[in-house]
Amino acid sequence: MSRKLILSRRTLIRTGVVGTGGLLLSGCDKLFENPTFRSVLESGEDLHKASQRALGRNALAREFSVGDMSPVFRANGSREGAGGEYRQHLAQGFANWSLKVDGLVERPLAIPLTALRQLPQRKQITRHDCVEGWSAIGQWQGPRLAHVLDLARLKPQAQYIVFHCADLYRGRPYYESIDLVDAFHPQTILAWQMNGKPLEQQHGAPLRLRVERQLGYKHAKFVTRIEARASLEGLYGGKGGYWEDQGAYAWYAGI
Amino acid sequence: MASDASPEAAQGGDLVRRHRLSTRIWHWINAVTLLVMLMSGLMIFNAHPRLYWGEYGANFDRPWLKIGTLQNTRTGEYSGFLQVGDERIDTTGVLGLWQDSNGRQQRYAFPSWATIPSRYSLAGARIWHLAFAWVLALGLLAYLVRSLVNGHLRRDIHITRREWSPRHLWHDVNQHARLRFPKGAAALRYNALQKLAYAGVLFVLLPLMIVTGLAMSPGTDAWAPIVTELFGGRQSARSVHFICAFLLVVFFVVHMVMVVLAGPINEVRSMITGKYRLPKEKGQ
Repeated sequence: MSRKLILSRRTLIRTGVVGTGGLLLSGCDKLFENPTFRSVLESGEDLHKASQRALGRNALAREFSVGDMSPVFRANGSREGAGGEYRQHLAQGFANWSLKVDGLVERPLAIPLTALRQLPQRKQITRHDCVEGWSAIGQWQGPRLAHVLDLARLKPQAQYIVFHCADLYRGRPYYESIDLVDAFHPQTILAWQMNGKPLEQQHGAPLRLRVERQLGYKHAKFVTRIEARASLEGLYGGKGGYWEDQGAYAWYAGI
Repeated sequence: MASDASPEAAQGGDLVRRHRLSTRIWHWINAVTLLVMLMSGLMIFNAHPRLYWGEYGANFDRPWLKIGTLQNTRTGEYSGFLQVGDERIDTTGVLGLWQDSNGRQQRYAFPSWATIPSRYSLAGARIWHLAFAWVLALGLLAYLVRSLVNGHLRRDIHITRREWSPRHLWHDVNQHARLRFPKGAAALRYNALQKLAYAGVLFVLLPLMIVTGLAMSPGTDAWAPIVTELFGGRQSARSVHFICAFLLVVFFVVHMVMVVLAGPINEVRSMITGKYRLPKEKGQ
């Protein structure tokens, strides 16, 4: 009986560690809820973007050789497109599918997949880095986004390129956006081919963005419409992307 | 005796100036920063609790380290494990399977008491980690420049040729193992083991943390590919990042043990006010 009343040293140390840790942790969590503190932390993103742009505005992502490629390229996020229209296009091998280009452009376009395949192509073997920490190396082919944007001719007010997608993630439409620096980067392509074959559905058929100097969630899959905009405000959650809206992920994902 | 007595003339029992203001400020900013970096880093690790060597590495590839959860096919019970190479250790309760503060079973790699934020949030952890990374990097740079200018590195950290000799090192190891710490004015000088530990942290571990961190950035990899290539690829850099973080934790534990053994109040005071009471010599 009396033995139970005595706190063992182990319990004491444990209580101490967990207690201090708990206090510290709940303190950190509380601090993070403070809007001022949080905005100070989040301003790190601006610093990342400014420093990365200052040091390598037009730098090319590293390209690899066939021997460096991942044996299996992991698919992530949505594995399939949503809606009857998408499934119909999938069944038809996207023969009647076309990519819409609109918003702040002089000449709105609807480009059939066959036409995208006939534009000058870029082929690149690059490393795909997921925000979670894993990487996979694969080969991508498609026209440069710059080429498509030049065909549609951006209006001077256009600042952002938004990618609307045919997939729903947890019931919400996926979308992403990049600025013009990345949009006109030579390695930014609209890939319809992966590892030498037409894009599989799990990798975003028929068309996926490759924006090589940023993390995986920026590489929108199932791209159906490209919209040029002056601002990201008023579009879905206003932060320029699905994960940016839903999970407070950084819009600039070069880090 | 005045606190500003010249160190040579000081003897056991005297209160003397020990740590410079720049050292003290950096020490405490760094202590907070490293703790935040470690705990938010463990949360980031939770998003993909596997480490690989090479350029790529994902679920279909073979990790050299993995933390996970297993279900026993017979009993249906879950357990947590840490796997290094082919060795698997049961870590139920700590890694891979643990109870949160509400008593609910969780299967993330590191438990909530070790992570920032305490509840799973990769986005939140990245915000903490990448903001404090600037504090760590700029703080280290400022401290190293200041210490170079004021002679701290040359006077206190520089390891002399005599100290590098195996005999001298062995002597220091012996003294440490017997918990014989220098007394009197001799306590003001770092011995070879201390110098090695501090130099290792200042010039090897902290810079490696920063460089391997940068090596994981797809942006940096474009303008400075050598940083990633130096480590043999992005996933290798991620592994080295994790190993160096582990070594910093080891340093922290040894550092704490040494502070406690050497007299915690005197040691902590010296890092706050800069004043240190010299340990009394034998027969004094």
